[in-house]
Amino acid sequence: MKPIGTLSVMRDEQTELAVISARYRWLVVVVLAVFVLLGFRFAKLQVSDHELYASRADDNRIRLQALAPNRGLILDRRGRVLAENLPAYRLVVVPERTPSLNDTLDRLQGLVEIGVDELERFERQRQRSRRFEALTLKTNLDPEQVARLAAQRHRLPGVEIEPYLTRHYPHGEALAHVVGYVGRVDERDLRRLPIERYRATTHVGKTGAERSYEDILHGQPGFERVETNAQGRVLRVLERSKPAPGRDLTLTLDLDLQLAAVEALGSASGSVVVLDVHTGEVLALVSQPGFDPNLFVHGISRQDYAFLLNHRQRPLFNRFLSGGYEPGSTIKPFLSLAGLDSGAITPEQRVFSSGYFQLPGHSRRYRDWRRGGHGWVDLELALAESVNVYYYQLAVELGIDRISRELALFGFGRSTGLDLPGESSGVLPTRSWKRATFGEAWFPGETVITGIGQGFTVVTPLQLAHATAALAGRGRTAPPRLNGDTATVPVQMVEHRQAHWDAVFAGMASVVHGRTGTARAIAADLPGRIAGKTGTAQVFGLPDDDFERALRADDILPEHLRNHALFMGFAPLEEPRIAISVVVEHGGGGSRVAAPVAAKVIARALELGH
Amino acid sequence: MLAAGSMHASGPTVIRLDGWLLVLLLLLMGLGLVVLYSAGEQDPGLVWRQAVRLGLGLAVLVVMAHFPPRLLELWAPWLFALALLLLLATVFFGVGRGAQRWLDLGFVRFQPAEAMKLALPLMLASLFSRRPLPPGWLDSLMGLGLIALPAGLIILQPDLGTAVLVAASGLGLMFLAGLRWRLIALMGVGLTAALPLAWVNLHAYQQNRVLTFLNPERDPLGQGWNIIQSKIAVGSGGWSGKGWQASTQSHLEFLPEPHTDFIFSVLAEEFGFVGVLTLLLLYAAITLRALFLASRCRDTFGRLLAGTVVLMFFLYMAVNVAMVSGLLPVVGVPLPLVSYGGTSAVTLLAGFGLVMGLYSRRRFMGSG
Repeated sequence: MKPIGTLSVMRDEQTELAVISARYRWLVVVVLAVFVLLGFRFAKLQVSDHELYASRADDNRIRLQALAPNRGLILDRRGRVLAENLPAYRLVVVPERTPSLNDTLDRLQGLVEIGVDELERFERQRQRSRRFEALTLKTNLDPEQVARLAAQRHRLPGVEIEPYLTRHYPHGEALAHVVGYVGRVDERDLRRLPIERYRATTHVGKTGAERSYEDILHGQPGFERVETNAQGRVLRVLERSKPAPGRDLTLTLDLDLQLAAVEALGSASGSVVVLDVHTGEVLALVSQPGFDPNLFVHGISRQDYAFLLNHRQRPLFNRFLSGGYEPGSTIKPFLSLAGLDSGAITPEQRVFSSGYFQLPGHSRRYRDWRRGGHGWVDLELALAESVNVYYYQLAVELGIDRISRELALFGFGRSTGLDLPGESSGVLPTRSWKRATFGEAWFPGETVITGIGQGFTVVTPLQLAHATAALAGRGRTAPPRLNGDTATVPVQMVEHRQAHWDAVFAGMASVVHGRTGTARAIAADLPGRIAGKTGTAQVFGLPDDDFERALRADDILPEHLRNHALFMGFAPLEEPRIAISVVVEHGGGGSRVAAPVAAKVIARALELGH
Repeated sequence: MLAAGSMHASGPTVIRLDGWLLVLLLLLMGLGLVVLYSAGEQDPGLVWRQAVRLGLGLAVLVVMAHFPPRLLELWAPWLFALALLLLLATVFFGVGRGAQRWLDLGFVRFQPAEAMKLALPLMLASLFSRRPLPPGWLDSLMGLGLIALPAGLIILQPDLGTAVLVAASGLGLMFLAGLRWRLIALMGVGLTAALPLAWVNLHAYQQNRVLTFLNPERDPLGQGWNIIQSKIAVGSGGWSGKGWQASTQSHLEFLPEPHTDFIFSVLAEEFGFVGVLTLLLLYAAITLRALFLASRCRDTFGRLLAGTVVLMFFLYMAVNVAMVSGLLPVVGVPLPLVSYGGTSAVTLLAGFGLVMGLYSRRRFMGSG
C-alpha cells in the first residue's frame, strides 16, 4: 500500500515521532505552568486586591451631585414680601438630541428672540459641557413665548421648556438699593464663596441685603449620590439628601414708609433715611432714582446696562450709603452743643449778625445768607434762622480740634456699620487729616467755613440720620441696622447737660415751628411738633463778590450745578422716636425742597405708628 | 465518547469526532453565549447571531474532521499560496479603519490573516513531514523564511498582534518538529538584539500600546484606560462576582469592547474568581484533551499540524486572559470561542475538526 521508500520513512518516522513526543511533553509542562500562572494572577486581582478594585469600581460609577437650596425670602417688618422666588420657565437645549444644533438654534431664533448675549453665554456653556448635558439658552420666558415653543416642541427634538424658580423683586426700583439683587455666580464670586456650598447654586447676592445676608438666605445644598456611566451621564439616583432652604430675612424696613419716601422725593434724585432713635432700626432707606433689580437677575442686556450707567441721574449710585455731601447748616445743632459744653456760648447770649464775618486782620468776608444780616440773635434764633455769622464766630472760638472732637462723637467721619455692603465713611476734617491728605497746615479760614458745614466736611445721608438719632436720643442711640432678627445695643455716644440738649432742641423746634424758622412752611403739614434743621450743600461755588447772584443761585444756575438741599430732624419733639435725613440733589435750598419731603415722610411715619 | 473512529473504520460512514473534546467545546461555547448576553447589552439578536456563527463553525468542524488529511497535505502548498495571495491583496485593496485587515469579496468580508493561521501550519507540517527530523539548519532556515513571508505581509497591514500570532504558529510547529535548542537560543538572542530596531520601526500607536502597558497610569484616559478599567472590572468581581448582568464596569461603559476582546473581564466581574477558575479549567481541559489527541496522531504531519492547532488555541486564550488581567499589552486578540466574532471562531473550530480527523486516523497505523 505504501509507496517506495516506505521502510526508510517508517524508520525515520519512529525516531521522528519520538522527537515530537518529547516536545509534546515540554508543551504540556508549559501549558500547565501558564494556567497556574494565570490562576495566581486572578487570585491576586480578585481575592487579595479585591477591596482596592471594588472601591475603584465604585469611585468610577458613583458621583455626588449637589442640589441647590431654595433661597430665603426677604420681608419687611410687617412680613410683606420684598424678594421672592417665582416659578418661571427657561429654554433648555440638549445638543446631543438635536438633529443639528445650528438648525435648531436658527429655528428657535424664529420663535423667540434670542439675544447676542444669550447666544454667547450658550456657546461658552457648550464648550465646557458634554453633549448630553442640558444647557440653558434663555431664561424667564414670557407666557407667550412658552406657548409658542410648546406648540412647536414636537418639531424641535432636544429642546425643552423647563420650570425653575427665579428671584423676583415685586417692588423693584423702590428697594433696589436696600434689598439689592442676585445675579449669576461668576468667577469673582467663586473666589470668595465656600465652593462646597455653591456647587449647584446659579445665583448669588451681588448687592444690598441680598449680599450682606447671603449666608442666611442661601441655605444648605442637598446631595444626590448618582450612578453614572463612563461618559458621566446620570443613570439613577442611589441616595438623596434634600437641600435645606435658606432662612427668610425680615428687614426692619416699613414698606409703607419706604414707598411714601419714594413718592415724596418724586422724580428728584436724592435720598431719605429714617431711623428708629432707640433701636437703630432702619425704617426707610431710599436712594433715588432706583433701577429695576429684576433686570440683573436674568443677566442684564448690554443695552439696559449702558442706559443705567450713562443715565444723567446715575440710578446705580447708592446715595444714602456712598453719597458724600457737604452737611451745610445741618451741622449747626452739633456745633451748638460743642459751644454750650465749652462755655463759648450760652443759650441766652446774643450775637450781632451784620451780614458778614471777618477774621481779625483778614479782608475776606464770610457772609450771612440774608442780606444785611439777622441783627441780634440768641442760640434759638441762630438755629431757627440758620444765622451763619453766629456759627462763624462760634467755630473760631471753638477751634477746629474741638469741632472735630464733637463731630466725631456723633459718628461723623466713620461708617455707621449698617449691615449693607459698600458704605463710605465721609470726611471729618482735622489738622492731621489735612496734613496727611494735602500736606498742608490747617488755615483759620477753613475753621470758619467748617462752622456752617462747608469746606472739607463730607457726610453720607446715613451718617447724618444716625447723628440726628444720637442727637434725638440725647446722645444715646443704637447703631443702624436692617436685619429685624438681631438687635444692636444702644450706646451713649455723647454726654451733655440736659439743659444743653433742651436748648438745641428748642432751636431746632423753632426751625419748623418758629415764626421765622427756615422750615416754617412745613409746620402746617405736620401732625405735631418736631425738631429739624435745613441745610444747603454747595455744588458750584460762585465768586465771593457776586453776592447778588449767589443768593439767586438756584434760579440762575443750570440744574446740575445747583446746590443740594438737606434736611435733618426728629419727631415727636417731646419724645423723639424717629430720626430722619433728607437730601435732594440740585434741589436748591434745604428749606424750600428738602423740608417738605421730610414733612411728608415724618407725617406718614407717625401715622404708621412709629 | 462519541465513537471516536470505529475500530473498523475505513468507509465513509465513520464518525471521526472526539466526544470528550466536543462536549468540552460545547460547554465552553455555551458559557460564552451566557456571558455574551450580559456583555452585549442583553441583546438577544447579538447572541443569536453568534450562535449561528458557532453553528456554522461546528459544521466546518465536522467537515474538517472528515476531510482526508492526505488531500490537505497535498494541497498545503497551494492553500498556502492562495492565503499569501489574499494577504497581498489585502495590503493593496484591503478595507478597515486605521489598518487594512479586511478583504471585501462582495458577498463576504473576512480577514485573510485568519486563514493564514491555518495555512501556514499546514504548509510547514507538510514540509517538515517530508524532511528528516529534527530539522537541520537548512530546513530550519527554510521554515523561518516561510514564516517571515506572511508575517511580514501582515505587519504591513499593519497588524502587529496577528503577525506575532501567525509567526508564533509557525515557530510552535517548528518547536514540535524538534527545532534544535541551540537554534532556539540563537533566535532568542537575535530577537532580543533586534528589539531596538523593531521599536524604531513600530507605528506610533503600537509604541504607545507598549509604553502604556509598561505603565498604564501614563495615559489613564487614553491608552491606559482599557488596562486600568479591565483590572478594576476583574478585581471588583472578588470571589463570587457581582452576579450575571450585574457588572457595573461593563454596563456603565467603563470597560471597552466588553463583548469582544474584554469579554473575559465581564465574566470575571460577574462570576468572580469562581467563574474565572471554571473557565480556565475548561480551557485547560480542552487544551490537554486536544494535545492528547494530537500526540496520538498517526504520522508526523498529523502530530505537527494538530499539535500546532491546539497550541494556537491555547496561545490565543493565554494572550487574551493575560491581556485583560494586565499581564500583557492590549493586542486585540479575542478570547477563543467566547468573544463575539465569526472568523476566529470558525477558524478555531475548523482546527479542532482537523485535530479530531487526524486523531481518528491513528489506528490506521500499521494496518496497511
